[in-house]
Amino acid sequence: MTTATTYRTCPRSGLQFEAQAEKLMIANAFIAVVFLLIGGILAIGVVLTRWPAVHWLEADTFYQVLTAHGIDMLIFWIIFFEVAVLYFCSSTLLRCRIATPRWAWAAFVLMLVGAIMNNVAVFQGGSSVMMTSYVPMMAAPSFYLGLILFAVGALIACFVFLGTLVIAKREKTYQGSVPLVTFGAITACIIAVFTITSGAIILIPTFLMSVGLISNVDPLVYRTIWWAFGHSSQQINVAAHISIWYAVAAIAFGAKPMSERVSRGAFLLYILFLQLASAHHLLADPGVSTAWKVVNTSYFMYFAVLASMIHGLTIPGAIEVAQREKGYTKGLFEWLRKAPWGNPVFSGVFISLIGFGFLGGISGVMMGTEQLNMIIHNTIYVPGHFHATVVVGTTLSFMALTYFLIPVLFKREMINPGLAKLQPYLFGLSMYFFCLVMMGAGTLGVSRRHWDMAFQGAALAYEWPGAAYLMMGLVGIAGVAAIVGGALYIYITVGSLLWGKRLDQGRQSAQTTPVPPTPVGKVVQTYGSAGFAAPGTFVLAMVFLVAFVLYYFINWKYLSQVWGLS
Amino acid sequence: MSAILPPAERLWWKHPLDRVEGTWIVIALVWCLIMFAMMVGWHIWGKQNLSTETYKTTPDLFMQKTQAVVDKYTVRTETADKIPVVAPPPGSDVYLIARLWSFWPIIELEKGKTYRLHLTSLDYNHGFSLQPANINIQVVPGYEHVVTVTPNQSGTYSVVCNEYCGIGHHQMVGRMYVK
Repeated sequence: MTTATTYRTCPRSGLQFEAQAEKLMIANAFIAVVFLLIGGILAIGVVLTRWPAVHWLEADTFYQVLTAHGIDMLIFWIIFFEVAVLYFCSSTLLRCRIATPRWAWAAFVLMLVGAIMNNVAVFQGGSSVMMTSYVPMMAAPSFYLGLILFAVGALIACFVFLGTLVIAKREKTYQGSVPLVTFGAITACIIAVFTITSGAIILIPTFLMSVGLISNVDPLVYRTIWWAFGHSSQQINVAAHISIWYAVAAIAFGAKPMSERVSRGAFLLYILFLQLASAHHLLADPGVSTAWKVVNTSYFMYFAVLASMIHGLTIPGAIEVAQREKGYTKGLFEWLRKAPWGNPVFSGVFISLIGFGFLGGISGVMMGTEQLNMIIHNTIYVPGHFHATVVVGTTLSFMALTYFLIPVLFKREMINPGLAKLQPYLFGLSMYFFCLVMMGAGTLGVSRRHWDMAFQGAALAYEWPGAAYLMMGLVGIAGVAAIVGGALYIYITVGSLLWGKRLDQGRQSAQTTPVPPTPVGKVVQTYGSAGFAAPGTFVLAMVFLVAFVLYYFINWKYLSQVWGLS
Repeated sequence: MSAILPPAERLWWKHPLDRVEGTWIVIALVWCLIMFAMMVGWHIWGKQNLSTETYKTTPDLFMQKTQAVVDKYTVRTETADKIPVVAPPPGSDVYLIARLWSFWPIIELEKGKTYRLHLTSLDYNHGFSLQPANINIQVVPGYEHVVTVTPNQSGTYSVVCNEYCGIGHHQMVGRMYVK
């Protein structure tokens, strides 16, 4: 079956876009940015309330705003964008038509309706249950129904992606194996199918409970299955943004993976073990056995951490090799000094990679260590961690990719490139600081999801140490700076779509031009020193390891000083 | 030639490993195994491990058990609400109720002595966040979690609820004394 469609070859990137897929990518990416905007506006309320000296919103509004901020950012912004990424990694990279475009549009509509329904439920009040919506605290039925519709839509989008892979294979639009970036997207998709199914398994009974058809959903069973959705959805992000890092390394430097085998092997470890980690949300829970906690929270002996550590080396490593090939071979770090720091596509990804590893990765392992979790669980350390992973890691990567997509996919010249140059630094670095001070406050015990650290009206109020107030004040300042950085991104992207100069859309044809066979390049080992193709990256990796080891044992030392527990 | 194109060598899985990658994989793997061993080892040699002793319970049943201990070991009351301060003997079972929006009763323990602390919630999820020690445990309704605690420092401790439980969440603070 062949459907009438056209293929456009972008004159700026050489990428080939199929007409239907292109429209779908534009629609999904655009709606994603709309939700980022809503979530960003809500962030102002969250930050200015948790800043103790400002303490802006009333308690009920704060919890409402926090609920919507969490869901809009963690679910709607990210997953809409990921759907666009999935279509890009299949239809565009493999140069084939998208499978069942009508289903893809149905998925888009379902996701949009679900997202709006959920937002309306939250803003009507009565559904300020946080993103986690732990039973028996109940939200309005439309809160759950919105999430379920969104999930069904996202699931359909996953299958459209998988179908597109089948088309590419059958119509022989490429030779050999799929590109590494597509392989990463497949990883994200497999994780997504697991995740969304888990979400449906627990949200459907909860929805039935909210309309009165079921009398009870067990709170502990809810937590266990909900986290298979709640945390795993963050694992989709990891697989997706790491794919983007590889893509950007390829786009900005022509970097080739150091070894396909290692990078793909690491993605395979994700498929096998990444999901287990949702268990770390239950480490402080009753009723779950120690063995279950230890095996799962460690991703079965930390094999998924191993995979992340591998990606963390191979991506900068691939960049280093590519740079050395271009002649930047002086010393350990000339390749890095001479990198295009003024190109937001690269700077965004690099800031994202370093922040994800040092801040998000290390803190994630701390929280996921069974015993260390007791000094972290539900403190503001937790949002400190996940802003490092999801905001610095995922969101900043998506932002960087957008700067590439504006001329290529949206066919517009970027307005104000000077501002775009600055944006990843402002957003990324203020987010670094934001996460650090949040983790600092969390180490002092400050609670997350808490309206008032002064405990207004409580008979037995607790007095937090002055340092905790200082940290939360800094959270406020850094948060405001990050929001300004986020606003710049919205201004640049939306502004470019509205007012940017239209660019030549390139040659159109009715037939796809298959991906030409890739020429065999030089072997990477030709470059570098002491048999190390990427010595600079290796040094950076060792710095990371030392930071990791030190911080790990500092936390054990801290734990050893608290009350005995057994 | 890049990650967005199909690999050049059809048999990419036979491509030799670069020394940088090989070395790093070994180092990272060793570190991962050390971290895993640490978590297991702490159960053997460490003094801070969360108990998994759990029973199903109901609000009525747990309330009864708590009331019995309160009746037996109350030494005084505090605040306008006359919250009982309970000082049970070392080694005994102590009950702490989490509910919208308070912890009940106040518990007084002795330093260096061990107690079996029973935790549950009568309604929503709550958080047991002991400050300034910074020990954090989830409190789930319907489940009675028995945690063995040994306070190692005397002083006044607060129990802050750190699981969101509605509009009065910020007023939900309890107390513990260690003599």
